[in-house]
Amino acid sequence: MMNRSVTWKSRMAVVLAAGMIASGGSALADETPGDPLEGFNRAMFAVNEGLDTVAIKPVAQVYDFVTPLPVRAGVGDFFGNIADIRNVLNNTLQGKLADAGNDLGRLLINSTIGIFGLFDVASELGLEKHDEDFGQTLAVWGWGDSSFLFWPLLGPRTVRDTGGWVVDVYTDPTWYTLNKSVAARNSLVALRFVDVRADLLPTDKVVEEAALDKYAYVRDAYLQRRRNQIFDGSPPRLEDILD
Amino acid sequence: MMKKLIAFVFATLCATLALAQEAPDALVKQVTEEVLEIVRKDKSIQNGDAKKAIDLVDAKVIPHFNFQHMTALAVGKDWRKASPQQQQQLAAEFKTLLVRTYSNALTSYKDQKVVYKPFRMNAGDADVLVRTEVQQPGNKPVQLDYSLEKLDTGWKVYDVNVAGISLVTNYREQFGQEIRNSGIDGLIKAITAKNKSLEGNLAKADGK
Repeated sequence: MMNRSVTWKSRMAVVLAAGMIASGGSALADETPGDPLEGFNRAMFAVNEGLDTVAIKPVAQVYDFVTPLPVRAGVGDFFGNIADIRNVLNNTLQGKLADAGNDLGRLLINSTIGIFGLFDVASELGLEKHDEDFGQTLAVWGWGDSSFLFWPLLGPRTVRDTGGWVVDVYTDPTWYTLNKSVAARNSLVALRFVDVRADLLPTDKVVEEAALDKYAYVRDAYLQRRRNQIFDGSPPRLEDILD
Repeated sequence: MMKKLIAFVFATLCATLALAQEAPDALVKQVTEEVLEIVRKDKSIQNGDAKKAIDLVDAKVIPHFNFQHMTALAVGKDWRKASPQQQQQLAAEFKTLLVRTYSNALTSYKDQKVVYKPFRMNAGDADVLVRTEVQQPGNKPVQLDYSLEKLDTGWKVYDVNVAGISLVTNYREQFGQEIRNSGIDGLIKAITAKNKSLEGNLAKADGK
């Protein structure tokens, strides 16, 4: 077990190091602002598209087809409840204490009355969720824009959000405390992964049809969505070209 | 008789004016509910009839959009370099693309409910944000916001934001890339080609 956690950590170190090297790396041919690593990213994007087509998407489709709606909702709520731990932590780190208190209340209610988080009772009671992760915390602390990175499996991130994700993993009981049972941990991580992918199935067709360049479309959508999250749903307006 | 006729014309005129001056949040709500009501009753749209969904959007939604402004936002600073004719072509092709792709969203309709967030505007505001949220059983709610501007013809939508992603400005880098590589005409060609291929898909689906 000790061994495994060491491999895990060293694997993360490799990923991070790769990120650092990549972010310091050469500026490739046609440079898009905010995406100096476009060459590397496009290669990883292609790898991910391949993996998705042959393995991930088919599994998600089967999962989507066989899982009845109440079970899907339970799975979503269960992982949503675990995510509230991260939300409490990061709201606190960002000084949003009212939100942190609210999300702590959610966590307590859903873990007890909501039966280990299988039901999101707190939302029914009107306690709104405030999604925060460590990447957002870093942004609030002043690490503004950061180079875009595309990872296989992990998908779009920035350098900042890749670092944030590593911290999120360490504060996530799915990965961390369940280390005691590796099989259980792996099953949960895999289930969450498939569940998240299945949630994205309806958007596949839209992205496919809407994009002139799928990589750029996905990248810019990710960057916009993160900006929206960092500003809690009300980002300042960007300049209007007709003004 | 004449008096009555004048009164009638005047009343109709007032009603039309009132409609044009309708509050932006009320407009969004009215159009959304009207479209959802039709989709709820229309089994063929729910079963994936894309053509029918496009017709519905064309008839009910498009009149409330300002595509000229949307296209300018999507193109960014290069917009000013385009001739009026190029601008017109761009707006027409971009409109076709957006309508095609996002009408699709209607065909995957499954018991979603739209909740309208509290709306505030000051008297005299000509540019507002109407916020809504799409709720669906078993899924996280999705933020859906509309930017509207006041024109002589009434309030018009010029940007749509889904989960914080502007469906319009999300094109800026892709369009910029095309313009850098092959100019405004290259961009027009690229969108036209995309629309043609989507039309091909549509015809194929129809032939099945």
